Amino acid sequence: MTEALSATEPALASTSTYLVESLPELWFGLVVATFGVYLLLDGFDFGVGVLFAEADEAERRRFLAAFGPLWKANEVWLVLFGTVLFAGFPAAYAVILSRYYLAVFALLLALGLRGLGSKFRGERDDERWVRFWDRCFVVGSTAAPFLLGAFAASWALGEPTVVAVVPLLAGAATVALVTALGAAFLCVKLESPIRERLVRRGRAATAGYVALGTVTLVASVIRYPALRSEIQSVPMGGLCIGTIACAGVAVAAATGTRYRWFAVATGGLAVAFAAIIGVLLYPAIDPATGTTIADAVAAPLSLNLTTGFAVVFLPLIGSYFVVLYSLFDDPASDSGQYQHG
Amino acid sequence: MIVMSVRIPVSAIGDSAADLVATIAFLSPELASRIQFGWTITVHILFASLSIGLAPFLVYVTVQEVRTGDRRYARLREFWTKVFGVGFVMGTVTGIPMGFMFGTNFGSFSTTVGELLGGPLSFEVKMAFFLEAVSLGVLLFGRERVSDRFYVLSSVLVGVGAWLSAFWVLVVNSWMQTPRGYEIVTEGGTSVARLTDPVAAFFNPRFPWMYVHMQNASIIAVTLLVAGVAAYFVRTNRESDAWRTALRLAVVVLLVTSAFQAVHGDAYGRHVADTQPHKFAAMEAHYETGQADLHLVAIPTDPEAITDPRAENLYTISIPHAASFLASGGDPTAEVTGLDDFEFESPPVAIVFWSFRLMVGLGFWFIALGAWGTYRYWRGDLAEADRYLQVLMASAPLGFVALLTGWYVTEIGRQPWLVQGVLRTAEGVSPSLTSTEATLTLLGFVVGYLGLLAAFLLVCKRFVDEERDRCGVGDRDDADGTTDGRPREVTADD
Repeated sequence: MTEALSATEPALASTSTYLVESLPELWFGLVVATFGVYLLLDGFDFGVGVLFAEADEAERRRFLAAFGPLWKANEVWLVLFGTVLFAGFPAAYAVILSRYYLAVFALLLALGLRGLGSKFRGERDDERWVRFWDRCFVVGSTAAPFLLGAFAASWALGEPTVVAVVPLLAGAATVALVTALGAAFLCVKLESPIRERLVRRGRAATAGYVALGTVTLVASVIRYPALRSEIQSVPMGGLCIGTIACAGVAVAAATGTRYRWFAVATGGLAVAFAAIIGVLLYPAIDPATGTTIADAVAAPLSLNLTTGFAVVFLPLIGSYFVVLYSLFDDPASDSGQYQHG
Repeated sequence: MIVMSVRIPVSAIGDSAADLVATIAFLSPELASRIQFGWTITVHILFASLSIGLAPFLVYVTVQEVRTGDRRYARLREFWTKVFGVGFVMGTVTGIPMGFMFGTNFGSFSTTVGELLGGPLSFEVKMAFFLEAVSLGVLLFGRERVSDRFYVLSSVLVGVGAWLSAFWVLVVNSWMQTPRGYEIVTEGGTSVARLTDPVAAFFNPRFPWMYVHMQNASIIAVTLLVAGVAAYFVRTNRESDAWRTALRLAVVVLLVTSAFQAVHGDAYGRHVADTQPHKFAAMEAHYETGQADLHLVAIPTDPEAITDPRAENLYTISIPHAASFLASGGDPTAEVTGLDDFEFESPPVAIVFWSFRLMVGLGFWFIALGAWGTYRYWRGDLAEADRYLQVLMASAPLGFVALLTGWYVTEIGRQPWLVQGVLRTAEGVSPSLTSTEATLTLLGFVVGYLGLLAAFLLVCKRFVDEERDRCGVGDRDDADGTTDGRPREVTADD
């Protein structure tokens, strides 16, 4: 599908060859990587929203002070994931999104509730107003990772609906994962006695993630016999061991009050999750239809051009995040360090 | 005329919910998707253009604040940054679904033209969204954490992000109006548009027209909003230096930008007549090929003429042959192709015709408002011109109305094409989409976005109330100790 119409174009704008031969595979890697970065970064934010449910008013203000300057930038990674998939594999993008139509819109609704809840709660004094948007924030922050996990699992397993056993288990596992991420993030950002409870929640969530993840994998082996060889492959084994190692480090670091390590280790869990999705997909981009990377990849000129932009801008985007996270690096408090905006 | 051909029995509205659901389920996936996309972009565009238009204004007051240390600029910056912050979140929340809808609802469109349009959309994210979101974090939360210079830079970068984002979105949209730089390749039964020349595709003939017109429209809309809000506060407190400054700035900017928009719009119209003659004919409700007049004012003489305007049946105030003159670039006797003579069906003429009239009429109203205000400013009694201030307040949302109606002319006038001459709208819809799915999400978006708009207005009302309380009659705001250039602190009783 990818080959060649004319070879008379200038070299940089070739319509017949990719900049490097493995460019389609690299783009597949970029799709998985942007998904992973999104899950990691917005996972912190979702976790804050999950833990928000049991926080009192003073804690909620601190949570939002830590979350406020960062979440919008984190959320952009989802849009980047979507457009990377669209630009690299336009046909797959269309088929996948229209297949999980209602789940995709439910995810967008959850993201909307999360964003608006956090933004609007502080904008009026009225008690009912605050409670309403708080509820939106918690529900959105819990439903979004659930749907995201269920969507990713259905996509990777070629399951035509998210309302199936394994995707729902994967969704639950993702909620546990973001709770661990959120607990670690808040432990880094907050200085207060509340850390003790966050550590307990973070440890429980990490253990819950490993347990639910195991159940999900076992259920996958049973429900999708065709995928057994992929699930029992060497890379999968490595990722499972990596996940257990990260979980162990996370629990130990949380217990030993080494909160940055706690955050790094839970981040490792998120990255491993995305890598598992990637291993399950490869070499297909849409297992449900059997569409492979080579089938769906955009033509050379389009992909080369988009690659050029990515090479220039991805490092720049990385530098934005370094600036943003170091600027808001110190512990957040509710005493006016952050404007409530 | 797809929109017009679907009849929803009025009696069903009052019946039980089950009947209503059954009735609405008649919406085809195509129609439901179109209404959903149209409705979501209607809401999104309000916030997108709020960001685009407000960004230069924020940069101006932030620069002035840092340069002069004058507190009235800090005051304006604080107020409008709050509005900008909430508007930005609204823009993000309403914007994220748009990109995904290309895949969910318009899957065949994405498959056919994804190789051309996926790139620009991903450039938008890489170049604009991250820049905007990160800079906004600094702008909203970082006033006391960064140097003045860095703070000014963050306000500039938020604006650059907003303008770059519009750049790539309009690259995509203008390509759908005047596609260039591609070829159609058929493989295994599916046709896809393949990029052959990125420069020709991205800088297609429509793009510069659209970008200039849209960015300027956003500035006009925000300028009217700023003018209306400033008029309100000046009427609350005639001594308010901050809001008098905003008012003076707004009326002058309004005169310049709205006059420019009229001149530019005139030339843009000629370009549309060249490149999309069927859209031009719909804008003038011109059915029969021949010489065409330009209808400055059109008044329907019977109800039918509202839903089915035909130039020959309307009571109009027209310039004879002016449409011929316009379309041909100077020949009053030139033939303008009528809607009856195209090989494809007409767009919904009524919406295009009346939207265009409303947009142009509002445009002239804005010029008049700008001229009137600038004259009072020149005379030195702008803040005392009470009637003018009231008119400004009433006109505050009209810039957004003009912007939306212009957008409807552009998009609905393109029908039946999704991509002009390449893909019809009906062919672009996801094949797997069902009526139930599409109708369900449509209902969700209608209810959800109405709620969103209400919440946004409530929040803005609170901003205005707070500002009014600070702006008590007789108080000069530079005597107000709270405007020290730092953000309001969050306290336990806040």
